[in-house]
Amino acid sequence: MINIYVPCDSTALSVGADDVVLELILQADRRGEDINIIRNGSWGMAYLECLLEVEVDGVRIAYGPALPEDVTSLFDAGFLGGGDHELCQGVTQEIPYLKNQERLTFVRCGLASPLDIDAYIGNSGYRGLQNSLKMPPQAIVDEVSNSGLRGRGGAAFPTGIKWNTALGAAVAQKYICCNADEGDSGTFADRILMECDPFTLIEGMSIAGLAVGADQGYIYLRSEYPLCKIMLEKAFKIARDRGYLGQNICGTDFSFDIEIRMGAGSYVCGEETAMLNSLEGRRGVVRAKPPLPAIEGLFGLPTVVNNVLSLASVPIIMDKGGDYYKDFGIGRSKGTIPFQIAGNIKRGGLVEKAFGVTLPELIYDFGGGTMTEKPLKAVQVGGPLGSYIRSDGLDLPMDYEKFTEAGAVLGHGGIVVFDETADMSAQAEFAFDFCAVESCGKCTPCRIGAVRGEEVIAKIRAGENVEENWHLALDLCDLMEAGSLCAMGGMTPFPVKSAMEFFPEDFTDDPKILASEPKGFSDKNMPCAPKETM
Amino acid sequence: MAHQKWDKETAKSLIQKYSSLQGGLLECMHGLQHHFGCVAPESMDLMASAFNLSRAEVHGVFSFYHDFRSSPAGHKIIQICRAEACQAMGSRGLTAHVQDLLGLKLGETSENGNFTLESVYCLGNCALPPNVSVDGKLYARVSPEKFNKIMTEGA
Ligand SMILES: Cc1cc2nc3c(=O)[nH]c(=O)nc-3n(C[C@H](O)[C@H](O)[C@H](O)COP(=O)(O)O)c2cc1C
Ligand code: SF4
Ligand code: FES
Repeated sequence: MINIYVPCDSTALSVGADDVVLELILQADRRGEDINIIRNGSWGMAYLECLLEVEVDGVRIAYGPALPEDVTSLFDAGFLGGGDHELCQGVTQEIPYLKNQERLTFVRCGLASPLDIDAYIGNSGYRGLQNSLKMPPQAIVDEVSNSGLRGRGGAAFPTGIKWNTALGAAVAQKYICCNADEGDSGTFADRILMECDPFTLIEGMSIAGLAVGADQGYIYLRSEYPLCKIMLEKAFKIARDRGYLGQNICGTDFSFDIEIRMGAGSYVCGEETAMLNSLEGRRGVVRAKPPLPAIEGLFGLPTVVNNVLSLASVPIIMDKGGDYYKDFGIGRSKGTIPFQIAGNIKRGGLVEKAFGVTLPELIYDFGGGTMTEKPLKAVQVGGPLGSYIRSDGLDLPMDYEKFTEAGAVLGHGGIVVFDETADMSAQAEFAFDFCAVESCGKCTPCRIGAVRGEEVIAKIRAGENVEENWHLALDLCDLMEAGSLCAMGGMTPFPVKSAMEFFPEDFTDDPKILASEPKGFSDKNMPCAPKETM
Repeated sequence: MAHQKWDKETAKSLIQKYSSLQGGLLECMHGLQHHFGCVAPESMDLMASAFNLSRAEVHGVFSFYHDFRSSPAGHKIIQICRAEACQAMGSRGLTAHVQDLLGLKLGETSENGNFTLESVYCLGNCALPPNVSVDGKLYARVSPEKFNKIMTEGA
């Protein structure tokens, strides 16, 4: 019997993985071959999906990107024995895209079936929890603090400090809320983790519960991710059956359980206080802080809100220690972060690297440059509220502080590449449009400003009073930065202003605007955006 | 997608089930929409009394979220991702093509009830753009030609 791995995540499915499986079964039957198909998680190499792997003498040989119509020629080429074929990528682990990563959080992703808990345990799963169960809560929090882990949801707040606050709250009922709203364009790492290695998130949330004294967790999951819900719910059941979730975990007196709550298509509900309102069944309006969620969060009780990746990084920290984790990275950006290379890119996918890797390494060495093979024009890092970076400004190390200094945003690690055909004035107009659609409506600069901003950019694009409207748009940006409660209104000016500063010729041919000294986005007094605290 | 016709008793018992869930109003609306294809205006009063809220509060929640609809969608729901990564690979052109083909603008449902066309901001498949979802099934790298094929062959 020959093992063939075919991923079961959304990306693989979106390029026909189920049809490939059907074709494999039919052909194997016709040819009298004895195959065993394993639906594994994805390795995150989206550009190779659907990525088949055949196990030959205990080694996995990769073939991709495979379409259903390739199956015949794969059999003909003897792929069951590792035969050569134009889709053959060699030994999976030796594919440079994978080999050159530093996988800590995603160390297991792709290895086995996402729901195979024995494979999970066999690949060092649940060691972090086992260690934690033997430690006093404060020691767990200290270990996470020591690792230098900072929130991967965007604001990069130190996870240990947040946990410490929640631990210090002398209240019986506390909650762990996992932010799985992943609304940023260009990001999909949360999704891959939940679909392909759900036990890691469950383990991370359990450790968080143990550390701060919470027995109930919620995952706030965006409704665009139905497969995550299915995978997680199956994983909950398996974990409960095996004593890793629910009452008396691993025979100790620690109990912890998790419930999923679905979002309903609102971007701003990714903001943690809007998320808490939404979890309570209310409108997803942003709350003013303080009170901090760690003191007064869900239903008014102490709540740790963490991104999926922050929580999923905890198991390896508690397994190998904070020192091991913080050995990766540079400056105050410790550990690794799964970057997501997206947009107009030849080899898009997930690349987990230590902080300090540069954008050109990610875009060219891993990504292979633009898909269209036209020159790169701009890159947007950090989601729809991130600045556009020009091709001559790419030489930035991936580091929270370095990005902030440059007036850019690292955020959740999404990298969206545009080629020279992109019209940056259309992107600026879209940024306002998106803010107008997604604003929670609490503050006027954001609610009204976004609508006016869209109109003003449209006027500039149509050549109406360009000079006057140009300054009006910049004024409006300043107002929104200064007068918004959260980063939705406060950072929408980032993509808008960076597009205006770096690509004025996309907006107008007015010589006055084009001649005006380009201030250089990074030299400006940036950013006035509201600093997010925990 | 096949949904049940509105029926007050069924709605009531569904709502009853969710009202015991702490903060369960969103889940309740999802449940109604899953069952009936929409959150019917007739259900607002029922939710208000079950959750001990005012009608205005219930309507406020309903209207805040893009997902909830007050009348059923078309037979097929087509969502085009219009967020940045998909824009970088031609989602604007694709949107124009689909609007032309179906004779619908984003946000509209065809009169015969065949199609609902919607925009969505990121389907989480940004490495293989542009993306489209048809009745919840995700398709990557959708060119106008591929879209036509999806519609005719369901491929
Ligand atoms: C408009 C807006 C959208 C956000 N969306 C998300 C999101 O989708 N996922 C996420 O984890 N954090 C998001 N955040 C950040 C959260 O507010 C919060 O900082 C984070 O969930 C905390 O977890 P962390 O410390 O683990 O990063 C968003 C913030 C804003 C202002
Ligand atoms: S900035 Fe916008 S989204 Fe944020 S609280 Fe104000 S109105 Fe709401
Ligand atoms: S931007 Fe379209 S799928 Fe993410």
